[in-house]
Amino acid sequence: MLSGTQIRQIIIEQSRRAGVGHIGSALCVADIIAALYGGIINVPQVKDPERDRFVLSKGHAALALYAALHLRDFIDHETLNSFCADGSRLGVHPELVCPGVDFATGSLGQGLSFGVGAALAARLQNSFRCVYVLLSDAECNEGALWESIMFAAHHQLDNLVAIVDLNGQQAFGYTKEVLNLDSLADKWRAFGWHVDEVDGHDLETLKITLAAAKGHSGKPKVLIAKTTFGKGVSFMEHQIKWHYSPLSESEFIQANRELEEINV
Amino acid sequence: MRGAFAATLTELAQIDSRIFLLTGDLGYMALEPFANKFPDRFINVGVAEQNMVGIATGLAEAGFLPFVYSIVTFATLRPYEFIRNGPILQHLPVRIVGIGGGVEYAHNGASHYGLEDIAVMRTQPGMTVVAPADAQQTRSALLATYALPQPIYYRLGKDDKQMMPGLNGQFSLGKIQKIRDGSDLVIVSLGAIAVEANRACDLLLAQGIKASLLLVSSFNPSPTKELADYLQGFDNVITLEAHYASGGLASFVSEVIAQQGVSCKLTRCAVENTPDGITGSQKFMHKRLGISAESVQRLGSTLKLGALF
Repeated sequence: MLSGTQIRQIIIEQSRRAGVGHIGSALCVADIIAALYGGIINVPQVKDPERDRFVLSKGHAALALYAALHLRDFIDHETLNSFCADGSRLGVHPELVCPGVDFATGSLGQGLSFGVGAALAARLQNSFRCVYVLLSDAECNEGALWESIMFAAHHQLDNLVAIVDLNGQQAFGYTKEVLNLDSLADKWRAFGWHVDEVDGHDLETLKITLAAAKGHSGKPKVLIAKTTFGKGVSFMEHQIKWHYSPLSESEFIQANRELEEINV
Repeated sequence: MRGAFAATLTELAQIDSRIFLLTGDLGYMALEPFANKFPDRFINVGVAEQNMVGIATGLAEAGFLPFVYSIVTFATLRPYEFIRNGPILQHLPVRIVGIGGGVEYAHNGASHYGLEDIAVMRTQPGMTVVAPADAQQTRSALLATYALPQPIYYRLGKDDKQMMPGLNGQFSLGKIQKIRDGSDLVIVSLGAIAVEANRACDLLLAQGIKASLLLVSSFNPSPTKELADYLQGFDNVITLEAHYASGGLASFVSEVIAQQGVSCKLTRCAVENTPDGITGSQKFMHKRLGISAESVQRLGSTLKLGALF
């Protein structure tokens, strides 16, 4: 069992230690990652060819993934503590040198195409493995993403599950103001996907919906997961600043205190 | 070369079940031999080259050997960042197949020309570049390289009939193919336009100028040392390529000369300016862009005459 709070505590601790930002984006997907790595994604061994594949297409939230990989014992504490240090395998965006990372990412709009290839490969190999791709909402600005969306629907890749982290924010402001995505669920539906609109912080609902997505319906599935940017730390929630900003000592102490209170 | 490619890949696919062919809705009347024989291993992804490269990355991660096919510029420039972040950075055996380098799509205009593909692919150390000169060399190059572990870019010509005299389909990765020996100067060429370089040698010979002709058919690995050793004994080398003067064969030869400390002057015969929109046949365009056999001959005889005075 993984909890979003456990993941958030690691995010806060590591980003403070490394003095690195992208905290809000990582906090935002903590519950989704907790659901995926807390029983949905099947990974007996990190190199097992039959493991489910995961693509963190919004690579800038890698710290949330590292936290889950650590909690699942795929990376040890020493490796986790090397986050963004010289010579580390754990950078701001995930690289293949990190155990448990299936695809290196960082450039938005590419991850789903890797996932589509992985899902197609699974089908061609008569494998039951599934492919999960976590996207940001602003990533849907990228035109190439819609090529992948069309292909997956046309080829009925029902072993492919995308999750869109719908936090409504991007680097410069609110998605409504930068490039309006509404209605994102309707867009995916119009492209032939099975769409579930869920609360991206409700762990039980996420798990139930993701477990149901394993079924073969003839359609790829997407969870449009409504989230709060910076979730779990009051002064970060909905604040554009926390897309890039690192934590000061006093902010770190307050963030930790708030997360401990949730955990109690 | 695309006919030879399709035929050879079809043969290989019979013995290697990892092979898949993806196209960005191009190759009509060329890819049918493969598509008919292996309908389940042929995917037309639609006009979506970026997604095509991404899918190939996902397939390769699971153990497949995917070939992605389009016209040179749509196979390389459109999905370039996908190629870098996909097969190159993830060290996966995706094969990018580009058809019609240089101005082979003549009348179709500059949007269809491939004038910078060698440059952008060669600059990636993790990408092997293979540019055969004719159909027979396409076949041997494909046989020799298709199963290598790294990503490969194949730059293929459209023409299947044209034969490169003296080549006999030879291909050796990272090596030079020597076509003829001459004592006066060296001509180095690459790809389908090498036949023009060979014709230039004939034109020069008629003037009493004996030119050597070398082919560079691959980069990464590149024939650096071998080329340096050959150029050592010459004062002049001319490169001929259907590509911009920067980043391709001419740049490679200049790097070899500079880095290996060879005392040999390079004259580039390549596309020097952005196309201006005037169109015509490939032959016309080669002439207009200054990359025909006659262009090489003029440069060669000027160099030789210059040396006499």
